[in-house]
Amino acid sequence: MRRFANLFARLDATTATSEKVAAMAEYFASAPAEDAAWALHFLTGAKLKRTVSSGVLAALVAQVAELPEWLLSDCYDHVGDLAETIALLTCRAGAHDDAPLHEWVRRLQALPSLDASERDARIVAWWRALEDDERFLLNKLLTGSLRVGVSQRLVVQALAKLSGLATDVLAHRLTGAWTPSPEFLAALLAPADDAAPALGDRPYPFFLASQLDDPPETLGHARDWLAEWKWDGIRAQLIRRNGAIATWSRGEERLDGRYPEIEAAAQLLPQDAVLDGEILGWLHDKPLPFAALQKRIGRLKPGPKLLADCPAAFMAYDLLELDGVDWRERPLAERRAALAALVEGTPVRLSPDLIGGDWASLATLRETSRERNVEGLILKRLDSPYQVGRRRGDWWKWKVDPYTLDAVLIYSQPGHGRRSNLFTDHTFGVWHEGQLVPVAKAYSGLTDEEISRLDRWIRANTLERFGPVRMVKPAHVFELAFEAINASARHKSGVAVRFPRILRWRSDKPAAEADTLENLRNLARG
Amino acid sequence: MPQRDLIELRPEGLYCAAGGFHIDPWQPVPLALITHAHGDHARWGSQRYLGTTEARPLLRARLGADAHIDWMDYGAELVLGETTVSFHPAGHILGSAQVRVRHSSGETWVVTGDYKRDPDPTCTPFEVVPCDVLITEATFALPVYRWRPASEVAGEVLAWWDECIARERPAVLFCYALGKAQRLLAELARLTDRTVYLHGAMLELVQCYRDAGVAMLPTEAVSEQAKGRAFAGQLILAPPSAAGAPWMRRFRDASTGFASGWMRIRGNRRRRGYDRGFVLSDHADWNGLVRTVRESGAQRVLATHGSTESFVRYLVEQGIAAETLRTPYGDEETT
Ligand SMILES: [Zn+2]
Repeated sequence: MRRFANLFARLDATTATSEKVAAMAEYFASAPAEDAAWALHFLTGAKLKRTVSSGVLAALVAQVAELPEWLLSDCYDHVGDLAETIALLTCRAGAHDDAPLHEWVRRLQALPSLDASERDARIVAWWRALEDDERFLLNKLLTGSLRVGVSQRLVVQALAKLSGLATDVLAHRLTGAWTPSPEFLAALLAPADDAAPALGDRPYPFFLASQLDDPPETLGHARDWLAEWKWDGIRAQLIRRNGAIATWSRGEERLDGRYPEIEAAAQLLPQDAVLDGEILGWLHDKPLPFAALQKRIGRLKPGPKLLADCPAAFMAYDLLELDGVDWRERPLAERRAALAALVEGTPVRLSPDLIGGDWASLATLRETSRERNVEGLILKRLDSPYQVGRRRGDWWKWKVDPYTLDAVLIYSQPGHGRRSNLFTDHTFGVWHEGQLVPVAKAYSGLTDEEISRLDRWIRANTLERFGPVRMVKPAHVFELAFEAINASARHKSGVAVRFPRILRWRSDKPAAEADTLENLRNLARG
Repeated sequence: MPQRDLIELRPEGLYCAAGGFHIDPWQPVPLALITHAHGDHARWGSQRYLGTTEARPLLRARLGADAHIDWMDYGAELVLGETTVSFHPAGHILGSAQVRVRHSSGETWVVTGDYKRDPDPTCTPFEVVPCDVLITEATFALPVYRWRPASEVAGEVLAWWDECIARERPAVLFCYALGKAQRLLAELARLTDRTVYLHGAMLELVQCYRDAGVAMLPTEAVSEQAKGRAFAGQLILAPPSAAGAPWMRRFRDASTGFASGWMRIRGNRRRRGYDRGFVLSDHADWNGLVRTVRESGAQRVLATHGSTESFVRYLVEQGIAAETLRTPYGDEETT
């Protein structure tokens, strides 16, 4: 853990990309392969499954540090991160445990099989055997929330520095699913000649758009750019090689079997090809909201009802390979022309080309994004190749960007008109000093099924009534979106949000993990 | 027993009516007792001052040659009205003191000013002063603030300096010009004998410490170096206000660090944008604060500046009558 903690500290301490690359290259050169493979796993953004809930950890630390829970929660509000709060409240006592990283991973993976008291005893013993920064990382791993601030691109650069391989080769070898093992690492860093170029069913590394913060005029003439809708679905590559079909998400997960209509559509293409695009729920010639598609994520063999309620479509953006030939270096305009010809007459959709306007008319079009269930526009330079990762310059997201927040349902009251018999008007709160402070009222955003489920729950879990208003058990977390946030003396919370709406019901999140007022104030400060 | 509080909060500062004096007032008053020479505690304009002999050169530099100041040794007593006052070491910076005020009835109050409990080679260590009522600072009054020994932090600074030597980069360490800079120079002197370069704002203050006999690393003024001199591999100390100033341009490709108690929190380290954060504070940490309250034997505690709410609630749960006292004292570590 010591070596990995040193790497983390170096990456955390600098904003200079050259230093980050150097730190990673030095780490990979010196760490044992078993450790390096896991480090690579974490550096590329993969996480361990959470093995202990935050609640359990919070209770343990209160006990170990002999602090009342309110003081723990004051500390958490001050620090803003539970793993760090715990690291700061505990300290090493006794011998240092210098087990290597892969051994820690093994220990953590064994935790769920233990009974609670044995698990707690081990965690406390670990806290006592690690230095502050190691303890912080352990807690991050325990809660499945370790994020290292490096991009995939920098990781690839570090590996390239170490191995002398080209970054494209490495990026490609890193795509798809892999197990963090010394064998994988050896194959990854093997000389280019040894690694057969057999692509099999592997996707290409995705090219990602960067956030456009400046006005689009800074990009030059609109005529040099392709503008498309920014579809709100699952970014994916649809691969057909030698007639065999594979679908990969951007998270590099295989989606085979989940979207049979898309696989069927791929069979109808006139040639083998690899397409980059978006999986969307599509009904009546319009995309369904992401929430509808969510029901299909994780459903391996969707039933006929689900297929009818939320039919999936593949919205193609780009052509990466045609008849076994890599097209990525060709200009976008050429790839798009071939793509249009390829999908013509098949159920694969072509993401429409919004070109032809000037920036002003594109801006007007962008304003209609919400009603079209899209997130804004994507701008792509017409002469650009298909690159790797999030390389700035050629692809931009020009989003209508809502703020989001995870808040806890605290009050509800019946709606108006059609919904006057249902509890549909909700007030949500965020944590401040151990209390939930109301910050937003929202009505819209849930499906009819969710509305009636929530309505039943509210009736069964009312704590107090004030006229028509029910105060409910603080148990359910919702992701809210809103357009703007301002400081406000009139609100108890000190902030006012504009146009809040419910994005989704976060049934995966316990109330204790909702956002804090501090998070919200930070948003207000920008 | 006096009818009213022996020391009370007035618009101009902490006031003792029975003794006819103020402590660290923020507006001019007839008689001001000064705990230490930081700007938020030693303010200009009062008619007369009382300070510690150990703080003499620093208070003189701060309050000006014309200020009327009388000096008292630590532990010496002076009768003022119905009270007897004395200064006791606070361990914060050179010459820093707590003020003890004893009423003729026997009731005793202590105003800590800023203080710390950790060893510091640049000043006289904190002394526990028993009292009935303690007015304490609470800058870092949350249990997440727990300091490691300054000698270890100095070791980290040295390791960073060595790294900068290896990479041929200047190492610019930002820290408060009074107290922190000298403490770093003194702690580092136990580990190395290399020369450190100083920002102009620190020169006079470092000289005050040298005159007081504090052993520190040799120093030179940045301003006296030849134009265009490369500072690769050198350690430079500068006040935080110099960060981003044109003054910084001479240190090309510098690695930057910041020494402050606030650096304990990762978010603070990241927001500040320094390459390194060194956790070093001249204030008491949580354990230091709690221990001081306990050892003073005070039955009543008034907490000024910092995370007073959590601290007060904690003390109340421990059976101590505690309240927040709203003063405009700042925290030099954030400036
Ligand atoms: Zn001070």
